[in-house]
Amino acid sequence: MTTVTSPSYADAVAKYEAVIGLETHVELGTRTKMFCGCTTEFGADPNTQVCPVCLGLPGALPVANEAAIEATIRIGLALNCRIAEWCRFARKNYFYPDMPKNFQTSQYDEPLCEDGWLDVDVDGETVRIEIERVHLEEDTGKSMHVGGATGRIQGATESLVDYNRAGIPLVEIVTKPVNGTGALAPEVARAYVTELREVIRSLGVSDVRMEQGSLRCDVNTSLNLPGQEWGTRTETKNVNSLRSVERAVRSEIIRQSGLLDAGERIVQETRHFHEDTGQTTPGRSKETATDYRYFPEPDLTPMSPDPEWVSRLREALPELPRDRRRRLQEAWGLSSLDMAAVLNAGAVDLIEATVAAGAKPEGARKWWMGELSRRANEAEMELGALGISPAQVAELQGLVDAGTLNDKLARQVIDGVLAGEGDPKAVADARGLAIVSDTGALTAAVDAAIAANPDVADKVRSGVHAAAGVLIGAVMKETRGQADAKTVRELILSRLS
Amino acid sequence: MTAISRDEVAHLAHLARLDVTEAELDRFAQQLDVILQSVQRIGEVAADDIPPTSHAVPLTNVYRADEPVPGLSREAALAGAPDVAEDRFRVPRILGEEE
Amino acid sequence: MIIHKTAAELAEAIAAGELTAEAVTRAFLDRIEAVDGRVHAFLHVDAEGALATARQVDADRAAGRALGPLAGVPVAVKDIVVTKGLPTTAASKILEGWIPPYDATIVARLKAAGMPILGKTNLDEFAMGSSTEYSAFGVTRNPWDLNRIPGGSGGGSAAAVAARMAPLAIGTDTGGSIRQPGAVTGTVGGKPTYGGTSRYGLIAFSSSLDTPGPVARTMLDAALLHEVIAGHDPRDSTSIPQPVPPVSAAARQGAEGDLTGVRLGMVREFGGDGAEPAVLAAYQAGVEALVKLGAEIVEVSCPHFEYALPAYYLIAPSECSSNLARFDSVRYGLRVGDDGSRSLEEVMSATREAGFGPEVKRRIILGTYALSSGYVDEYYGQAQKVRTLITRDFEAAFAKVDALISPTTPFAAFEFGARTSDPYQMYLADLYTIPSNLSGGPAVSVPVGLADGLPAGLQVMAPTMRDDVAYRVGAALESTQEPRLADQVPDVADKEL
Repeated sequence: MTTVTSPSYADAVAKYEAVIGLETHVELGTRTKMFCGCTTEFGADPNTQVCPVCLGLPGALPVANEAAIEATIRIGLALNCRIAEWCRFARKNYFYPDMPKNFQTSQYDEPLCEDGWLDVDVDGETVRIEIERVHLEEDTGKSMHVGGATGRIQGATESLVDYNRAGIPLVEIVTKPVNGTGALAPEVARAYVTELREVIRSLGVSDVRMEQGSLRCDVNTSLNLPGQEWGTRTETKNVNSLRSVERAVRSEIIRQSGLLDAGERIVQETRHFHEDTGQTTPGRSKETATDYRYFPEPDLTPMSPDPEWVSRLREALPELPRDRRRRLQEAWGLSSLDMAAVLNAGAVDLIEATVAAGAKPEGARKWWMGELSRRANEAEMELGALGISPAQVAELQGLVDAGTLNDKLARQVIDGVLAGEGDPKAVADARGLAIVSDTGALTAAVDAAIAANPDVADKVRSGVHAAAGVLIGAVMKETRGQADAKTVRELILSRLS
Repeated sequence: MTAISRDEVAHLAHLARLDVTEAELDRFAQQLDVILQSVQRIGEVAADDIPPTSHAVPLTNVYRADEPVPGLSREAALAGAPDVAEDRFRVPRILGEEE
Repeated sequence: MIIHKTAAELAEAIAAGELTAEAVTRAFLDRIEAVDGRVHAFLHVDAEGALATARQVDADRAAGRALGPLAGVPVAVKDIVVTKGLPTTAASKILEGWIPPYDATIVARLKAAGMPILGKTNLDEFAMGSSTEYSAFGVTRNPWDLNRIPGGSGGGSAAAVAARMAPLAIGTDTGGSIRQPGAVTGTVGGKPTYGGTSRYGLIAFSSSLDTPGPVARTMLDAALLHEVIAGHDPRDSTSIPQPVPPVSAAARQGAEGDLTGVRLGMVREFGGDGAEPAVLAAYQAGVEALVKLGAEIVEVSCPHFEYALPAYYLIAPSECSSNLARFDSVRYGLRVGDDGSRSLEEVMSATREAGFGPEVKRRIILGTYALSSGYVDEYYGQAQKVRTLITRDFEAAFAKVDALISPTTPFAAFEFGARTSDPYQMYLADLYTIPSNLSGGPAVSVPVGLADGLPAGLQVMAPTMRDDVAYRVGAALESTQEPRLADQVPDVADKEL
């Protein structure tokens, strides 16, 4: 028996080339299901959003939801796909209890959208991900597994099925194989899903929340030696966060390279990713190759989207996230690194709105990325949920720009705003926060500081201007921070010149 | 010539979730053989350039508006179920993986 | 006597106040009580519900409210059409005891028209058969000879009407299930244009072929019932959004007995081989009667009709294998073997094995085969091409003639058991009726005469959405019979079992 050891990731990608492919399922945010008028709210009581159609009752028939077809075409257009002139739904036949008809109404060889691409940025490089197809299908119900450990299907003694989710429109987006990304394959996979999520969110067709399952991802991975044919691929399911996408690819690359190093073959199989261990484990092997026996759905008419409608949808597409980011990065004068930080902090919309409310980009970015991000982190909140609006940040920056507040006072004003005391101006007024600009009072404070620190004053007089800091500190203390440090410094230097 | 074997019938019955008996396997294999021999001749006529017909009526783009329609009450939805627990359809343990 | 009147006569008498709907309904319920023990046309009788509807009609009439053309005229419904609150079994053990929570669209229309529903009629399990011998709940007997089959799958509806247990009935026609029972029981059976009558609530056998339609003793009665149930239904995607063809006006016109200027095509390929000589003789007599009415009769070749039967026996089983997958013991119907030791897969397979009869299993396996990878192009794909060729044959024929005629079925009613041992021999009963199902066009079977003492039918096939043409020709032929064949049926009460 051969011993399989796991190589390091660096060794794995030094020796093998990885080919990845991603299948993403997006639950559309339509008001009603794909083929019936049942509502689609998440988290409703079990089996309360069902009807004869989505329960698969004998005799019931589907009628397609036009909004779902429109949303799918818009996704296809945003991904630069060709929209089918004519295509059909197809039945994918297999038995599973969460699928009420024991076939899934899906699309087979005639998807609504085909042959597109999505550019993603990884490490400052642009990687073009080719899109194979975008098609429309219906979601399944949900099973709750009882009697086993931690709700898993293994070891359960029975399962309880809720069909609320059955029939919710589901868009499947499949990439072509992505190769040649070297050691970056895991990051590329993550960047693709991230970008896809942004695109779909910008279209407003889904809330794309991975934790609620409205965006789900399967990752295919294979390895080959340079110059050789592509290897056997595995399909990793249960990848439920962006971080997991990256980890799943990395873990599969390590596992497969270990097997290949040991001279073993990769088995084509479905594997499950485990968040806790970061590893994949094999799914139960299928007893025989699955034969879905696809055929055109006779209960639904073919779709033949009117080219004029498609043109109108194309023209009405919103600015896509990557274009917008590029535009803002330029307008704000940021480096790619700074822009990446803004994106990671989820601050793009906030900064844009703050600038729109009158603040200069540097100021807007400084507050959101600095003080406010720090507070959000401490409070473990989303930046946008902190309790201060872009308009308030713009007003705050305006007070600083006008010389009414310095940064230290501004932070106290933020305390007030977050405590619900009102807008920055009102908080500053109510709390009596303003820079002391009365020269008489300042001069008195400066003179007192010089008198109290004769040694320091001598140093400054002798040209050691850096020593003035001690005197500035004393003045600021005396004025309880409400003086403008720059003015104080100028006053001290003129007194001691 | 046998168009369909007993093993093939067994495989098909499994795909279709039919727990057929040994006697049925023999009988169905023989009967399906006769039927398949009789229908085989459709291969004679349909040339490559003939488009297939999947729908008798050439309608396209029949859609509904995205407007909610009242469905069934939970009681009505569960009324016909062989077994119910916790307002859900209860089934015995599932062997296969989710697709 | 009430049960001897036609539906049109009953409606007129009720509207005129000469008969109450309640008295009419009672008369048919009494008749069912008296003779259905021998015929077994009904699986379920709803005396209470029927009488309640009848009383409502009487109250509406007394109050001066407008009544529909068939208000108060009772109707029987084939037990494959779902009825809210009334058991619906499709004559299968797998659905025994199921009470649907909704009405089929055509049932809702019967109710809205004030037609009392007498009960649910017997059929071959899931409408698969030509003799009603494949019902899980016992055979239905032909009122003309209780030792013979009443045709199928709609033997229950045809026998109920032939034996005067109902003036009207609903049937469904996938390959001839309305027309062939009509022919062998001496009743009228109409298969509307596919899409002309809603399939919503019709338990699907073969979705692209299934068509609900009327069963009656006269062409006019069939036309009146057709007009109650037909018309666009937004819940059936394949429902045609066009006005209902004027079939009752056409039936009245035809009854005047003049077919001058009407060109009829005899299908050359359906001229003989395999058909019983007595059936052919009755058909020939019918053709001569049509000539006497002024019709011009020509022979028309439909070269691909001979491939209709093979194509049908691939398409229908393929679709049925998918449609019947939903009967899985999870949401409704039978469950077998759930003793705690078996998995869901085992319980499902045991349930389907126990719940389906032999013909249903045969077709599910055949359809699974025809759709499986490696065979789908050869079987299902080729069959769909044949469908195109048959539609083209019809189009070419209708460029020359107004309608096509043929015998309805090659055989008169046969004895029980005569064709059950060889499934293909049973399939031949649908030889002449299948082409219209494949093309979607309308067709009616009208009684044409006796073949060795048993009824035979003549089929009129018309272009899509020209159901009126078929009714006109059928009614003209009917006008040559005095008395009508349906009025010659011996009283089953006098018949020996």
